[in-house]
Amino acid sequence: MAEECCTPNGDVMILACSGGSNVGQLANQAAVELTQEGFGKIFCLAGIGGHLSGFVQSARDVPQMVAIDGCPVGCTKAILEHAEVPLKGYLVLTELGIEKNNDFKLGREEIEKVKAAAKESAGEGAASAKPSEKTPSGCSCTC
Amino acid sequence: MEIKVLGPGCPKCQQTEKNVKEAISESGVAANVEKVTDTMEIAKYGVFMTPSVVIDGEVKCVGKVPKKDEIKAWISD
Repeated sequence: MAEECCTPNGDVMILACSGGSNVGQLANQAAVELTQEGFGKIFCLAGIGGHLSGFVQSARDVPQMVAIDGCPVGCTKAILEHAEVPLKGYLVLTELGIEKNNDFKLGREEIEKVKAAAKESAGEGAASAKPSEKTPSGCSCTC
Repeated sequence: MEIKVLGPGCPKCQQTEKNVKEAISESGVAANVEKVTDTMEIAKYGVFMTPSVVIDGEVKCVGKVPKKDEIKAWISD
């Protein structure tokens, strides 16, 4: 592969709890859309929870991350703590004023609210990265 | 000892492979080094970025070029 395939700054790792409530699924939907929009890349929280070394080491070494929990139970945070992954950007959706329930008809306004908060949590450097600077080809090297 | 360097072949990946080979040589440890460039094969390790170094199946670093001293510590464990 050539040098031009490389991403200059790397991607923001996005970890969502993806739990069994509206806020869990809002976290997941926001992570999916932020990935599609080129802000960062959704990553597998289950792999970290399973203590698979590639996933755990990736989370430890990534420069920029946002971890999204739906509610104060904090499963994402707990998984990262168990795997000894430093918590970088962190967000709890109920703290944004979104009520936890079992209505899975996710609203556009709430999704956008979560995406904006996730960008803010990930930090200004990540938020200002242009999608065009991200890798279009799926290449993941960090040159 | 089986060591795999994961990466498509960019300068950072090449430097990582060089550092690994030099660390092995300087340590006198018996090890096989394999460069993995196939993206599907790399994906099996679940790494978010490359380069990455895998020693006997365990991923040791992701998205950075490890220093020789770091590698020597890993292979002496």
